Amino acid sequence: MLEISKLVKRYGRDEPVLKELDLKVEGSSVVSIVGASGAGKSTMLRCINRLVEPTSGSIKLNGNELVNLRGGELRRARRKIGMVFQGFNLIDRLTVMENVLAGRLGYVNLFQAITRRYPQSDIERAFSLMERVGIAHYANKRADELSGGERQRVGVVRALMQEPEILLADEPTASLDPRTSEQIMKLLQSLASELSLPVLINIHNVAQAKAYTERIVGLRHGRMIFDGLPADFDKEALDAIYGGIETAEDEITEEPGRSGREAAHDAP
Amino acid sequence: MTPPDHAAPRTWRKPPFIANPLLRYGLWLVVIVYLVWAFGSLPFNWARISEGLPRAARIFGGGFPPSFERSGLLITGFKESFQIAILATLLGVALSIPFAVMAAKNVAPKPIYLLGRAVIIISRSFHPVIVAILFVAAVGFGPLAGILTLTIYSIGFVGKLLAEEIEEIDWGQVEAMKAAGAGYLATLIYAVFPQILPRQVGLSMYQLDSNLRASAVVGIVGAGGIGGTLMNAFGRYDYDFAFAILLTIIAVILVSEGISGWVRKKIW
Repeated sequence: MLEISKLVKRYGRDEPVLKELDLKVEGSSVVSIVGASGAGKSTMLRCINRLVEPTSGSIKLNGNELVNLRGGELRRARRKIGMVFQGFNLIDRLTVMENVLAGRLGYVNLFQAITRRYPQSDIERAFSLMERVGIAHYANKRADELSGGERQRVGVVRALMQEPEILLADEPTASLDPRTSEQIMKLLQSLASELSLPVLINIHNVAQAKAYTERIVGLRHGRMIFDGLPADFDKEALDAIYGGIETAEDEITEEPGRSGREAAHDAP
Repeated sequence: MTPPDHAAPRTWRKPPFIANPLLRYGLWLVVIVYLVWAFGSLPFNWARISEGLPRAARIFGGGFPPSFERSGLLITGFKESFQIAILATLLGVALSIPFAVMAAKNVAPKPIYLLGRAVIIISRSFHPVIVAILFVAAVGFGPLAGILTLTIYSIGFVGKLLAEEIEEIDWGQVEAMKAAGAGYLATLIYAVFPQILPRQVGLSMYQLDSNLRASAVVGIVGAGGIGGTLMNAFGRYDYDFAFAILLTIIAVILVSEGISGWVRKKIW
């Protein structure tokens, strides 16, 4: 369970990016976080694994306070928090397998990391996860030889290698074409239920948020102004979040052609 | 937009680099005055120059045709130069990596950064010839002085450029490793080094070129290698042999230039 309370982040003396934000994510639900650029979505996600230092407030993952951790404690906490990035952030010049195994860097020692002598169980986990997302045949390819969708699959597998207790995805589909981004969203959705893993997804595409997640959180100017089921996310909510920002196409709120989805992933 | 009676054709000229005309022409004036003053005040002894020209012609004339008769001496000299250059490059490049990490603002804490910068600035502030004179005085004539000199030279040059390369890496890859819970060294090895590797190889090849050339120069002040041979040839008025040495140096530099270009292309 993730519990964020009164989270504040301000850069320098500017107006805070996050203003006393509260958020609770229980069980293994897929939560999408929507909001205009600059609303604080990315900052919030990065506060959770402390890539960004929160100014004040508290973030608890399964009861452990994350905000004041230092050094080794912080690293041990981070390895339980997987993250998927917008730009994939793969090590381009290493192979797919090395990238995937990099997800274990929080567990192995430096010698194992340098010589790439990962434990057998890690290698087996890597292969089975890569097979699950369909990239096992790329194991020895350089990461920069893959297409965008394949690269993001590597990113997802790397995060899952950490055996995370929560998965953060910072606009995981924003660098992908529409079809591929749908595939990645489906993948995240089904992996979440297979591994009973809570997933937080920052996303700009409201249609995808409604289609593939169980809960939508809307941020504006660092405050939460919507929190509810995708079904309740209507034109009014959209206007509240993106208000003043023109949304020409009305179909942005419509779900892509998928029905019966709600029943499929209501497993506890 | 245009006035109805646009009689004059509209013209455009590139705005001057320095907008203020007073400053612009003033700078030209300063440059001209300086040149006139510099040429007027430096002690050129025209009589001595006209006297020396025939001597210069004699030296060059004596160089033709170059004599490769004493090729044994030539080979011994070059062998030593190669040994000096290769050893100094290996040592210098290996040592430049830690110093470059220390001197990169984005990966080193402030005090370490200042220390790393200081080392690089000091090793860059003296020309190899000056350093060679110091080392010859300290450890005596011979190749050891050359190796030490060129190692310092390599640390300064490669370290500086490598530090700048580290400062420009894609930070996303570092974030990804941090998010996986990797420690500082593991992050360096996985996220930083692969990104600077091609540059590092390129710089090492360039530095080998550079050290070969410099080893000829530092040889003149007694630090071993072909420079010593060249100096002796001049001292004994063996201009034809000296010219042969110079030609061989050019050939060696050309070959190493070709090899380094090829290697750099391969590694990218």
